[in-house]
Amino acid sequence: MSFVKLTASTLAIAAVSATAAAARDNVQVAGSSTVLPYASIVAEAFGENTDFPTPVVESGGSSAGLKRFCEGVGENTIDIANASRAIRDGEVETCAANGVTDIIEVRIGYDGIVFASQIDGPAFNAFEPSDWFNALGAQVLVDGELVDNPHQQWADFNADLPAVEIAAFIPGTKHGTREVFEENVLLQGCEDTGAMQAMMDAGMDEDATEDACMAVRTDGKSVDIDGDYTETLARIDSNAEGVGVFGLAFYENNTDKLKVATMGGVAPSTETIATGEYPVSRPLFFYIKKAHIGVIPGLKEYASFFVSDEIAGPSGPLANYGLVSDPELSATQEMIANEETM
Amino acid sequence: MTDATAQTPGEGSRHGGSLLAQDKLTKKRNAAETRFKAYGMIAIIIGLFFLVMLAVSILRSGIPAFTTYAVTLEMSVSEEEYAEAESQLLKTAAYTDLFTRNLEQALLERGMTEGVDQEAIERIVGKVGSDIREFYRSNEDQLGQPVEFQLSVSSRVEGYFAGRLTRDNISESRFITAADFDLVDQLEELGIISSIFDWNFITGADSGVDNPGGAGIGVSLVGSLVMMIVVLVLSLPIGVAASIYLEEFAPKNRFTDLIEVNISNLAAVPSIVFGILGLAVFIQFAHLPQSAPLVGGLVLTLMTLPTIIISTRASLKAVPPSIRDAALGVGASKMQSVFHHVLPLAMPGILTGTIIGLAQALGETAPLLLIGMVGFVAREYPNGLLDGFTEANSAMPAQIYTWASRSDAAFYEKAWGGIIILLLFLLTMNIIAIILRRRFERRW
Repeated sequence: MSFVKLTASTLAIAAVSATAAAARDNVQVAGSSTVLPYASIVAEAFGENTDFPTPVVESGGSSAGLKRFCEGVGENTIDIANASRAIRDGEVETCAANGVTDIIEVRIGYDGIVFASQIDGPAFNAFEPSDWFNALGAQVLVDGELVDNPHQQWADFNADLPAVEIAAFIPGTKHGTREVFEENVLLQGCEDTGAMQAMMDAGMDEDATEDACMAVRTDGKSVDIDGDYTETLARIDSNAEGVGVFGLAFYENNTDKLKVATMGGVAPSTETIATGEYPVSRPLFFYIKKAHIGVIPGLKEYASFFVSDEIAGPSGPLANYGLVSDPELSATQEMIANEETM
Repeated sequence: MTDATAQTPGEGSRHGGSLLAQDKLTKKRNAAETRFKAYGMIAIIIGLFFLVMLAVSILRSGIPAFTTYAVTLEMSVSEEEYAEAESQLLKTAAYTDLFTRNLEQALLERGMTEGVDQEAIERIVGKVGSDIREFYRSNEDQLGQPVEFQLSVSSRVEGYFAGRLTRDNISESRFITAADFDLVDQLEELGIISSIFDWNFITGADSGVDNPGGAGIGVSLVGSLVMMIVVLVLSLPIGVAASIYLEEFAPKNRFTDLIEVNISNLAAVPSIVFGILGLAVFIQFAHLPQSAPLVGGLVLTLMTLPTIIISTRASLKAVPPSIRDAALGVGASKMQSVFHHVLPLAMPGILTGTIIGLAQALGETAPLLLIGMVGFVAREYPNGLLDGFTEANSAMPAQIYTWASRSDAAFYEKAWGGIIILLLFLLTMNIIAIILRRRFERRW
């Protein structure tokens, strides 16, 4: 029986190929699933238009990506982390502790966050942040008093909204989008309705107030979606009265199934987000390990390709897909050319 | 208890009646049997019903992924245009531009004017630039000559042909207009747009999210194949050796009992756990490359081993002891009796267990998520046999998962098509196993 021989030769092959792979020739990227679509467009074009191999772009979320980014320096670690939020101080510290000291921060553009419902369902055309707080907050202000959220229908607190049961599908806490939703919508709504002041008056300190403002009711009116937007779409598809939170690009790709809601009277589009009229948007980033520039072939070229006018500019493929291009793109291009770290 | 009193000795038949007439108890027992048969039939019918439903829905959703609509156009690119396009940063866009301009020209020459402008044509045509660039880069002698290109339409036009998009539901879309669909209808009548079999779907690589027409499953199929080779080559010998030792040679004591219990438990461990283990051991500790099919194969080997060990032990146990006794009786050593007689007889069972384990491994996505095989990964075919093990690649289930989560509904169709290919792959594996099993089968 040649079991032993077979096993031995396999292990030998494995060992040989493992050493052969030590010299990595492609750029490795990981991180945010919001940035992934844009990164995949750029990676495909980079492979097609240069002589470098196509970069590998993995998903997994901003936090997971930054965690792997901060694991250390070397060919066995990733070169770029995509993130739908800025890197946190704690993460910078972890990075530094593991020897990742020089990090280049690249802002690629802005992503709009839109609210949409089923195309055949009722229209939501009068959203304000305060409505979302009234609909989803754990504790809201009713007749001057803080009470556990009693609202059942959207029309209960805003007569311009349809009289249908509240059913909101919001991103789960592991998503970067959730953070933006909490800060730009719930917190804002909390302030607008006066609930924030009421909480402060009740003796809460600032942090506790913020936490209370961003707490979401748990009676089933608000559903956390931990998967991606396709899951939210499936929920909306089967619930004519549901409202979901999506990225602008996702909505624009599915206008045949979704009806977008206005926020503060403004409908989301790349233009209204670029001018700041539409209030809910956030910057998207990627982070480069400077120590890998010059070691991993194509790393700097990929970064400058990404932020070039032809790609990330207002008429490039990224903007065409739904990214709101950054008006300060030229500063970013210069930063990459000079390898300026944070 | 009434039965017991009826069975008093001295009565002729059991219940005193005729043997031919069915008494109450017999009727009851017969009825129970009939009922059980009916339940069985119902269970099978329900099972079949779901199987048919599954097959029909997979085929109905997946078949469209194998055909695509293409624009056929004869055009020529001059040396200057080639040099101009190659001097740009985004070269592929320049080629797409050339194609749309030529198409517009060709349509105007045919006397079509309504709705014909470059922007409309750009919306109809897919991302064709890379195909044209690739062609001219490898055939520079064709510059200046007329060449016929057959290139894919945009995903919205595909959606229109598939019935997903209609003139009514695209009013909010900025990617296509109702007038574009009128133009598409005209082009189809003229034969410029036609339906062709999409070879690229079977042989191609993954594509960016804005280019569903260019997506193919070929590269990730290679990834799956390589992983299956790793799993087979590692888990079959290790699994079989372990079970032969445990079953035939190992002493029966507490320690081997403990091993046995643990192997059975391992078979029930969720696959994601093996993914975390693989990340920690193979990538972070052993420094094997990330996203490599080799690592994927190693992780899946860990997952497959318990299945193979359990089924191998069961089939070794099923070989009658008389075979072993006879071999030992004519003077064979213990090892000879195992390898010459027991193992060949157990082979069909071992193969069945292996194929079940491999099939499970083939469809696994969760552990691959952790070792970096999910995302935009399956982009380039490996350069050689060895690179196939270590170069970043994806696997079919991971590719299907990635497609299903993309925003353009055209990718959803691709995901269903991918499932068909995955099932065909599985079917091929099963057929090979059946053929091998037939060859090894021996009767005693």
